[in-house]
Amino acid sequence: MRLVADDLTLSRGERRLIEGLSLTVEAGEALVLTGPNGVGKTTLLRALAGFIVPEAGAIRLEGGPDNGAAVGELAHYVGHANGVKPGLTVSENARFWARFLGGDVRAVEDVLEIIHLADIAEVPAAYLSAGQKRRLGLARLLLAHRPLWLLDEPTAALDVASQALLAGFMQRHLDAGGILVAATPGPLGPAGAGILELAAPAPGEGAAP
Amino acid sequence: MRAFFALLARDLNLAFREGSALGAALGFYLIVVAMLPLGLGPDMALLSRIAPGLLWLALLLSALLTLGRLFETDLEDGSLDVLATGSLPLEAVVVAKGLAHWLSTALPLTLLAPILGLMLNLEFAAYPPLLATMLVGTPAISFIGTIGAALTLRSRRGSLLIALLVLPLYIPTLIFGIGAIASLLGPGGSEPSLMILGAISLGAFVLGPIAAAAALRAQLG
Repeated sequence: MRLVADDLTLSRGERRLIEGLSLTVEAGEALVLTGPNGVGKTTLLRALAGFIVPEAGAIRLEGGPDNGAAVGELAHYVGHANGVKPGLTVSENARFWARFLGGDVRAVEDVLEIIHLADIAEVPAAYLSAGQKRRLGLARLLLAHRPLWLLDEPTAALDVASQALLAGFMQRHLDAGGILVAATPGPLGPAGAGILELAAPAPGEGAAP
Repeated sequence: MRAFFALLARDLNLAFREGSALGAALGFYLIVVAMLPLGLGPDMALLSRIAPGLLWLALLLSALLTLGRLFETDLEDGSLDVLATGSLPLEAVVVAKGLAHWLSTALPLTLLAPILGLMLNLEFAAYPPLLATMLVGTPAISFIGTIGAALTLRSRRGSLLIALLVLPLYIPTLIFGIGAIASLLGPGGSEPSLMILGAISLGAFVLGPIAAAAALRAQLG
């Protein structure tokens, strides 16, 4: 299985952020998107998840399960917002994802144990700290199996121990033949990950015609 | 199907637990209807004659109050991204959310209407037709509402825009809702208006989610 993007052109409003970008990520490989703020890391990730329709080019998952599913349906996308419902408890959030994303509800307890949220499983998510919410948001990765992980600054708000925990998950995902694309402004995670440095367009090229 | 019911259960759970949207809608309905006799004067015969129309109109406005939050909280906390990457098509996501809105908002408002009818001196025979037309007609409110809510998702002052977009689309439901009450009360009790009201609801149930899902896709970018 591999993730292929051909000759992508992406715009945000009137601004053309990415032009003519091609990339291939093989199964078991990670790609880290780096570059200054506003260069298009999130835009590229959201395009890979299928949220943004590219102006030109195509995105596909080659050799994936052959059931006509869109790339987005085979991907976990964890963005800046964690997708945590403040009105539900920690375990209710996790159980909803397991059911909605086609995972195993019985795994919820174990997953909460792994990410050290089992003690506060019945606390409404509104009372969690930013780092705890982040950990809960990342629990989706473990609750339902998806071959493609798209993570936008996954380590934001995480403490050192949690970052190590996340690095472990990512490594295991890659070892199992998964694909990982992560955006980060700083250094991150799995050793041997490919790095794609997005550069700001030169002055004058930024505006779409 | 499991994903559909998981979403429906989650939205119902949130609606009844947080309660503020439902409480505001029910409270608004109560206050508007309580103020009407003050504005119209104590003419019992007049109130009785226009009561079905007033109850329908006030119900539409009360339901309108709650539409703004339909997708907004999901956009704010990132849940919409999760819903969009599920195996459930976005159209089915909208159906689940529209159904949850109907069960948690439109249905309680409908059940409150007969009680408020007492304040407007609604004639006794009109209670069953009122309830029947509201049960048949209110799904259109929720499912037409999903279109407005999805279109105005990222706009400031979205709730004002929703009113402008959605209220004109509620006109057929209002006309045939009141028409059905009149015809059910009339001699023979014929019900073509009720059938048309049902047809509008079914049409909204089919077309609303398609339009709303298209609008949501544009808003995800």
